[in-house]
Amino acid sequence: MSDTLRKGGAPQEIDLDKRPANNRSAVLKSRLTSWDSIILVLTVLVLIVASGTVDNFGTSRNFTFMVLDLLPIILIALPMTMIIVTGEIDLSVASTLGLTSSMMGWLWNQGLSIESIIPLCIVIGAICGVVNGFLITGLGLPSLAVTIGTLALYRGLAFVVLGDGAVADFPWNYTGWVTGTIGGGAVPNVLILIVVLALIFGIVQHATPFGRSLYAIGANAQAAHFSGIRVARTKFWLYVASGAVAGLVGVLWTLRYSSARADNGAGLELAVVAAVLLGGVSIFGGKGSLPGVLAGVVLLTALQNALRLEDVSGQALNIVTGSLLVLSVLLPNITTAVRSNWHRRRLRQAASR
Amino acid sequence: MTVTSDRPTPTDAPLGTPAPKRFAGLLKTRELGIVLALALLVAYTAIDNPRFLSGQSIRDNLLNTAILAVMATGQAIVVITRNIDLSVGSVLGISAFAVATMMSNNQDLPMIVALLAGLAIGAVAGLLNGVLVRYGKVPALVVTLGTLYIYRGITYSWAGGSQVNADELPGNFLTFANDSLLGIPWLVLIALVVIAAGSVMMRNYRIGRELYAIGSSPAAAELAGIKVARNLLSAFVISGALAGLAGVLYAARFGTVDAAAGNGYELNVVAAVVVGGVAVFGGSGSVWGAALGALLLTVIGSALAVLDINQFWQQAIVGALIILAICADRLVAFRIARSLRKRDAHV
Repeated sequence: MSDTLRKGGAPQEIDLDKRPANNRSAVLKSRLTSWDSIILVLTVLVLIVASGTVDNFGTSRNFTFMVLDLLPIILIALPMTMIIVTGEIDLSVASTLGLTSSMMGWLWNQGLSIESIIPLCIVIGAICGVVNGFLITGLGLPSLAVTIGTLALYRGLAFVVLGDGAVADFPWNYTGWVTGTIGGGAVPNVLILIVVLALIFGIVQHATPFGRSLYAIGANAQAAHFSGIRVARTKFWLYVASGAVAGLVGVLWTLRYSSARADNGAGLELAVVAAVLLGGVSIFGGKGSLPGVLAGVVLLTALQNALRLEDVSGQALNIVTGSLLVLSVLLPNITTAVRSNWHRRRLRQAASR
Repeated sequence: MTVTSDRPTPTDAPLGTPAPKRFAGLLKTRELGIVLALALLVAYTAIDNPRFLSGQSIRDNLLNTAILAVMATGQAIVVITRNIDLSVGSVLGISAFAVATMMSNNQDLPMIVALLAGLAIGAVAGLLNGVLVRYGKVPALVVTLGTLYIYRGITYSWAGGSQVNADELPGNFLTFANDSLLGIPWLVLIALVVIAAGSVMMRNYRIGRELYAIGSSPAAAELAGIKVARNLLSAFVISGALAGLAGVLYAARFGTVDAAAGNGYELNVVAAVVVGGVAVFGGSGSVWGAALGALLLTVIGSALAVLDINQFWQQAIVGALIILAICADRLVAFRIARSLRKRDAHV
């Protein structure tokens, strides 16, 4: 409702102003006050304040750890952003991660070489995505319910594969690469992976017809269908991509901690969804950008990292994550309500004059 | 509302009857399906191991179902309004720990105080969910996913690593779980009362019918003059309060409570509700169907143990059942749509 109000209000405003210069400054103003830039500023602010006040936050060692901490969230957030932009959701990603992690351990125990296990695990993740995608687009089931179902299913299968044991004897040159840094400096090797994948996903989402069609689907799936976009097929491939990336993260997670366990990454879907929504993507679809999401991930991880350095317990951190998740949707809603209220009052004043 | 009042007396409504009758028939088969699945499962397991039907085994199954069924009742009411409450597991945790701490500090408090305290804690937690959903206009999924972690985090930072042990709890609190009235354990009795009250409320009372209307079409309900805000708040408060009550039952049954109590229960509760035939799109399903779903899930869990199947399969089965149930709902909805279209074609 408030959206339509705002959209209805915009042309009137332009009519009143008429001059293009004024219009351009209004665009600039709205861009500066958009959620994306607020989050970016907030992220920079948190980073500066934290490195000033929290001991050991600004060190290069902590930078390495922070990049390693945000690795799983940021990678899974890339396809998740696309999925949420189309108005759907995927809650099964953390369980897919767990399943690939325990499959990795199981395959390693079977004596396969690590070179063949890694692509195999990504394929397993993609298959999980295919199942989600088929149920959601093929049978037309609601994505929320389906992925809650597969959240339980994949995690359950992970326990079936590996039980409550762990596999830990992965080769050192692989585990060492994931935790290592470029030339022994402060920049971790995995940052290359993050940058490459973020660039690919960013270009696809913001500079290709495919990426733009996602916004059309999220804004109105039926209208998108009538304008020639293959809605079902697009969504299907998004879920496959999401599963494959979750599979890759499962491999990286296992190598980082050098431990394949069925409960790896449990609850990670919350952090991912929180980061994506915090980055200004609308849960109703059709709105949001990748730079905002990347800032959201950094904000979330930096905040958690700083609080952990201040000796706040891991479970209490969940209060912060949960609150951020709720606030990231609540605050924009309140702002729109206040703004439309204010706009209405101004119109009323103009009418009475 | 008119549909239900028409149903018992078909002769009164000559034109409107075919559709509601068929609709009711399909829903009945939906719940009949669960009963059949349950009967098959019990029969198969009992043939494999007759002790599965012994008094002790049945009693254990019912006791385990009680807690899940109480939560499923509240969840069904929320899901019927086309919302979801994922925070129930954490509400159970916070209520169980709070009540256990309270009882261990005040040894002579009567049981009823514990039950009421649990209900109150849960109701407050549910109210917060409802306010955020209705007045904050935040989708229920986001709100309750957030509060799932917030409530759990509060419990953890309160409890730290500590736990309340059975020997710190007063005797009357612990015997409550094992005592019975007329051979029926109190836990089961409470669950039955909750299910019955929930069913009657949703079937015969104004608030229940209004909740169904909201779930069928929130916008239409608003236009029809239903006070959507008040009803949604009540739905979330009921769900929270029942999760709080389940927390007390949990503490009484297991005696040992730490901050992780009820961790991950929300999945089982949602599974019970969905398997029990409450459509995730809202507007259809019943409370007693959800309770049957809870019974089915519990029996599957204990049957796995009896049949000597790897316990780790249980969660995978829960997930598969959720998906199967949604598919079944889709099929039913599809058939209804087709039969309605056929009927219109004849007219």
